[in-house]
Amino acid sequence: MQSKMKESDPILEVDNLSASTDNLPILKGISLTVYPGEIHAIMGRNGCGKSTLSKIIAGHPSYNITNGDIKFLGENINSLEPEERSQSGIFLGFQYPIEIPGVSNLEFLRVSTNARRKFLNKEELDTFDFEELVKEKLEIVKMDHAFLSRSVNQGFSGGEKKRNEILQMALLEPKIAILDETDSGLDIDALRIVASGIKKISNAQTGIILITHYQRLLDEIKPNYVHVMSDGQIIKTGESDLALELEEKGYEWTDNFIKET
Amino acid sequence: MVNENLVKDVVKEPYKYGFVTDIETEKIEKGLNEDIIKLISQKKEEPQFLLDFRLKAFKKWQKMKEPDWAALGYKKIDYQDIIYYSAPKQKEKISSLDEVDPKLLETFDKLGIPLTEQKKLTNVAVDAVFDSVSIATTFREELAEHGVIFCSISEAVKNHADLIEKYLGTVVPASDNYFAALNSAVFSDGSFVYIPKGVTCPMDLSSYFRINSGDSGQFERTLIIAEELSSVSYLEGCTAPMFDTNTLHAAVVELIALDDASIKYSTVQNWYAGDEEGIGGIFNFVTKRGKCLGKRSKISWSQVETGSAITWKYPSCLLLGEESVGEFYSVALTNNLQQADTGTKMIHIGPKTKSTIVSKGISAGKSKNSYRGLVKMGRKATGSRNYSQCDSMLIGDQASANTFPYIKSQQPNSEIEHEASTCRISEDQLFYLQSRGIEFEEAVSMMVSGFCRDVFNQLPMEFAAEADKLLALKLEGSVG
Repeated sequence: MQSKMKESDPILEVDNLSASTDNLPILKGISLTVYPGEIHAIMGRNGCGKSTLSKIIAGHPSYNITNGDIKFLGENINSLEPEERSQSGIFLGFQYPIEIPGVSNLEFLRVSTNARRKFLNKEELDTFDFEELVKEKLEIVKMDHAFLSRSVNQGFSGGEKKRNEILQMALLEPKIAILDETDSGLDIDALRIVASGIKKISNAQTGIILITHYQRLLDEIKPNYVHVMSDGQIIKTGESDLALELEEKGYEWTDNFIKET
Repeated sequence: MVNENLVKDVVKEPYKYGFVTDIETEKIEKGLNEDIIKLISQKKEEPQFLLDFRLKAFKKWQKMKEPDWAALGYKKIDYQDIIYYSAPKQKEKISSLDEVDPKLLETFDKLGIPLTEQKKLTNVAVDAVFDSVSIATTFREELAEHGVIFCSISEAVKNHADLIEKYLGTVVPASDNYFAALNSAVFSDGSFVYIPKGVTCPMDLSSYFRINSGDSGQFERTLIIAEELSSVSYLEGCTAPMFDTNTLHAAVVELIALDDASIKYSTVQNWYAGDEEGIGGIFNFVTKRGKCLGKRSKISWSQVETGSAITWKYPSCLLLGEESVGEFYSVALTNNLQQADTGTKMIHIGPKTKSTIVSKGISAGKSKNSYRGLVKMGRKATGSRNYSQCDSMLIGDQASANTFPYIKSQQPNSEIEHEASTCRISEDQLFYLQSRGIEFEEAVSMMVSGFCRDVFNQLPMEFAAEADKLLALKLEGSVG
């Protein structure tokens, strides 16, 4: 599908990736290449392996890669720790952001940002300089400063959690962001804020993978490619109109592709 | 896969105080009987009243039974197989620090407690206790200018016998419990503090307890008296070498606060905890109690308990004076096969008394960590209030945590509030932090520190930093 000539090197190459958890195969030969500036959408039924793919790219320890490779900026990252992947520029926006009681959001964001900055050989920020930076980024997601003094995600509403994820993305300035159902559980206003946030952060150098069930996010952020996943495989790839077709016809329509393949 | 091993590595504990000082010691023979007690008393040249106190306590102890109600399991202690007095050999009378054996000074140097004039800590006065005896106390003259007495309890027996006779055993009577009775019979040294009326102690006072020999027990006794309108902050630290046998430590601490006086007592306990298989380590059976005797007096306990194979400890407050205040802030970390049964007792006797309990238990490895606390409102404690918060954190899936709150109220016009929670550091939480570039060890230590914040905020500044470091160290390991 992605056969046209690209001017730059890919950011992410997933090559024939298979993975399992507790000896149960989840991914069965996934290939996906993301070039700078591209937006990819991954759609598919619950349980088809979308979230697993995102977690494996981020390095979740519960999954074993049984075959295939993940390359980031040309380097194989199969055995890198999650923190190394994050520091080098891979960002996973969680479907269900985790609550960390007792750890202040501000301190968490600062330590996280500094870990990335250290990797980039940038100066680490002290509390005061970080305050300045974070204030600026709060604008992007229209979050109140009071969020910073609370514990990480604790007591946040669904929408607040998702905005906090985008705030982290804004601070970390990743090369590639995989956003796992960032749109689910958001009302229309929150969806617009999140979508405009993603657009502000991304640029011609970054790649984005949107995992979603809904067209409405893709109305806001138009993908270059849409992939349909089923049972651990990508069964169809198309351009943005594939998502519209999918919305119209439902996933049952895609079941035919499996029979074909 | 689920990274249990990784968690295990991270909570692996490097104990850096495990060295033994090679020094000639004077030890008496093993065993416990009246003659041994007389011998200890004689060695310390004690007055008759103290020998009587000891012998009476011993008689009571013989009739008592070792308590078995705590959620602890350990090999029976053979009380006849312990040496009850062990002291480094040195000159009979030491007039200055220059005469202290350099090996001892070196030991305390290594422990981060320099004692010599040139190196001593500038803002804290230290009483250094080595096995059964106090080696040195710094800043005595400076403190004396303010009327503050800070010395070993042995010296206090000699020089301030009236105060000892008046207060010793008035907060923790010899018959209080098995280990208090044992301590009352054989205690060898400890610290004594007296803050006169109206004096705010000009610096923090601190005792550092070091167990060096493997076969002798340590039985120290601390007595702190704060007269009207006075205040003091007292810090206590403890370490011991690594032996594969268990050493018994049974201390008694008594605090007395008169009208408008306040005592803040902070402990960082890092006795040797035994190895990963649970071999060795200190058995720590301690009775700590404060009496808020005066109106508006205040006693505050804060403790960070990270060491010992067994911890049995309930720093408590007797709130007698009207409007007196008791506080207990505790962090107890257990790892490997450590067991801790710790908590507090807040006994509200006077009217309008107030107490606060904040306890944070962290269990890693296969350890057992229990909070046990009693809040009692007596008949006269009208308008009194208590707030308790007991939180437990589990690391890994083999550790256990328990909370045993006991509440007794004889006063309907009083309030008792109790909150408890248990959480586990989950793989998802760790992955979340890691996926934000935060390394595994730092992620664990961030979560533990966050969990303990309420208590660390109560510690004196330098102690808080030390406690944070100590927890991080205890949770540090060979990751990656």
